[in-house]
Amino acid sequence: MANLKNIITGLLGTDAVRDAGHYPPTVPSFLVPRERFIEAARGMKKAGARLVAEWATDERKSNRGFGIYTCYSLDSEYIIISCRIPLEDPTFPSLTKKFVPAFRFERQMRSLMGVIPVGHPDPRPWIKHEDWPEDAWPLRKDFDPSRPMPRVKGEYQWIRAEGEGVYEIPVGPVHAGIIEPGHFRFQAVGEDILHLEERLGYVHKGIEKRFEALSWIEGVRLAGRVSGDTTVAHALAYCRALEAMTGSVPPERALWLRALMLERERIANHLGDIGAICNDVAFTFLLYQFSRLREVVLRTNDKLFGHRLMMDRIIPGGVTADLTPEGKEKILREANWIKKEFERLVIIYDENPSLEDRVRDAGVLLPEDARELGVVGFVARASGVGLDCRVQNPFTPYDRIIPKMTVLNCGDVHARAWVRIEEVRESLRIIGEILKGLPQGEISGCLDPPSKEGSGFAVVEGWRGEIVYWLQSGPTGGINRCMIRDPSSVNWIAVEQSIHGNIVPDFPLCNKSFNQSYSGHDL
Amino acid sequence: MSEILSYLLEGLQILLLLSAAPVFTGWVRTVRCWAQGRTTAGIFQPYRDLMKLFHKDIVLAENASWIFRFTPYLVFGAAVLAGAIIPILSVDLPLSTTADVIALVALFAMSRFFTALAGMDIGTAFGGMGSSREMTIASLAEPAMLMAVFTVSLASKSTSLSQMVQVIGHGQLILRPSLAFALLAFVLITLAETGRVPVDNPVTHLELTMIHEGMVLEYSGRHLALIEWAGMMKLFLFAVLGIASFFPWGIAEAGNLIALPLALLLLIAKLALAGAGLVLIETGLAKMRLFRVPEFLGSAFLFATLGMLSYFMLE
Repeated sequence: MANLKNIITGLLGTDAVRDAGHYPPTVPSFLVPRERFIEAARGMKKAGARLVAEWATDERKSNRGFGIYTCYSLDSEYIIISCRIPLEDPTFPSLTKKFVPAFRFERQMRSLMGVIPVGHPDPRPWIKHEDWPEDAWPLRKDFDPSRPMPRVKGEYQWIRAEGEGVYEIPVGPVHAGIIEPGHFRFQAVGEDILHLEERLGYVHKGIEKRFEALSWIEGVRLAGRVSGDTTVAHALAYCRALEAMTGSVPPERALWLRALMLERERIANHLGDIGAICNDVAFTFLLYQFSRLREVVLRTNDKLFGHRLMMDRIIPGGVTADLTPEGKEKILREANWIKKEFERLVIIYDENPSLEDRVRDAGVLLPEDARELGVVGFVARASGVGLDCRVQNPFTPYDRIIPKMTVLNCGDVHARAWVRIEEVRESLRIIGEILKGLPQGEISGCLDPPSKEGSGFAVVEGWRGEIVYWLQSGPTGGINRCMIRDPSSVNWIAVEQSIHGNIVPDFPLCNKSFNQSYSGHDL
Repeated sequence: MSEILSYLLEGLQILLLLSAAPVFTGWVRTVRCWAQGRTTAGIFQPYRDLMKLFHKDIVLAENASWIFRFTPYLVFGAAVLAGAIIPILSVDLPLSTTADVIALVALFAMSRFFTALAGMDIGTAFGGMGSSREMTIASLAEPAMLMAVFTVSLASKSTSLSQMVQVIGHGQLILRPSLAFALLAFVLITLAETGRVPVDNPVTHLELTMIHEGMVLEYSGRHLALIEWAGMMKLFLFAVLGIASFFPWGIAEAGNLIALPLALLLLIAKLALAGAGLVLIETGLAKMRLFRVPEFLGSAFLFATLGMLSYFMLE
């Protein structure tokens, strides 16, 4: 269990200083000298850990310069390793050549915080578009968000393919359907895709910066709006990070209700996604049928919790909506009904050969690529990587109701759809168990303000996968930094990789099977 | 007298085409909604859609040439002309002597050619992609289409549509293998030519998967209305052509005015069935991978060839 921790202490000895102000204690945070930062990364790589997140902080108010943080994980263990760099020389060694996810994390850190990853192969900005001035770093404390930004001229350098018959297809950011904005640049020969490059950042809202101006309690409302379809999981991750910092434990009943909401969110989104995948191959029958089921779930949410997506129902210290005995009955009845309807639809999905022909072998993400890219969630589980925070890092009631993890190896569109199908089944079972064991009592407790100069960390398995929050309090006790890592931040790059060998008209289907969040990625 | 009458009939038929095509599309959509367990917008919704588009302004790309502006009218005109030579209600059509079934195929080819040009004219990626895909499909669909109609022509000893319909309509109600094969081929070709599932998806919003929609993606306002209307007419005409060539019984003979109401009723019943059949195919199938379309049209060609062979061997 304490593998990574032992590696770090063994490797760096007294150079690795444990941060006592970091919570929860099960996730240790080590400060290492900048010169030995890369050595720590090498040790992590050798141990087979994956890079969960990499981010920068502005700690100049505490006279510490900038902080560079990395979070690694192996099995159920998480560890944070950081170093400090001064304003005069804001450079740090790039980890991109060791960990692929660092590729975008470091571009983002450079764009938004102005810290320079030395040895990074790609100097182009990420999230921040080229019409922003080069030296506008919004996450730095001296950046004034109220000041209008001058527009500068700049051009984004796309990766280009050359040769006879090669052409470029620009798609988006405005699409023919009503979806979130993102730009995809294809290099293709005929219908065969040579290369796909994504460009995101069109819905950058400055969420991480905004957090710094909010109080701890207000923050949860913003966290619930990072990605609307994952509002429960994001709010929960924020609350858990905050509760870790303050050391408060919500009442038992609140914990179980949170899990109930989390599973209902998972069911609703998976139902919508399975239907949408079918719709992308013009099998509209299943779209409407699955949408119907999803709508039933959402309406019940509205009735029982007062919001279709259960937004703002989770607060630090507990939940705001209680479940009446009638509500419990209603959920149970509904779950039975959904189960029956769902199984009938799954048979149609499973037994239609024309549908099967489209979803099999399309958009394959190989298990070795998935591991290399550090993907999480159902994308990982469909490509042979068994990651599920509910299993590996359970909180009550998941320590008692253990979810069954479905891991498939083929990594195609069908696998991603089928993992969702299995998870709907499993979530329905979990909901039944939760309602059976739901304890009585209060639904929210009191929350002490977190101590100054501390930090908290939490992971929650949202329906897309592992959501990571890292909160840091400043010298005055307010939010100094809120790092959000939506599963989309690491999974988007897998869309690029899975498309090789496919044809242009199959891209929307592959993309839909991933269905990553633009908003959660762009922040 | 009979000449005036036949011109009147011709006019009537074109009016019927213009007015009934949106209703037929509306019917297909209605049945599809029923098949998917949804409420419908009614069979007259396509009229409202067309009205809305006619009231909207046109947004034209700066570099659009005359081809882009001219194509909607050409496509619309070609569809109307095609409707004038296919026996819908009556076989007594004066225009039908000017063009036979080969000319009909050429007429559809011409409007397709111009649509493909228009798709490339404004230089967007999706237009060019749609045009390239459409021409790939056309190059396979057209020979199969010709093979299928030649089989019917052989069986009826003429390439004039009126003549073909009359001969088959007078024939005995027996299963002729040549016609059965030709019908199979015709159904497959209809799905490809009118851009239906499993070849194309007329209601998709996914630019990268579009075929016909890709070519006309940049059209708006009345241009789009004309193209949509022509598309509805094309679907209607293929349904009618199939009915006239393979199930002509009940169509009004020359000079037989009394038979017209009955012919109209029968036509409505046959179209309703055809529409429902189309929906059955569309609901039960997912759109196929683009590179499977050649196989699909290859089998259409094979069926048409089998029809022709079985005519020589068995009939």
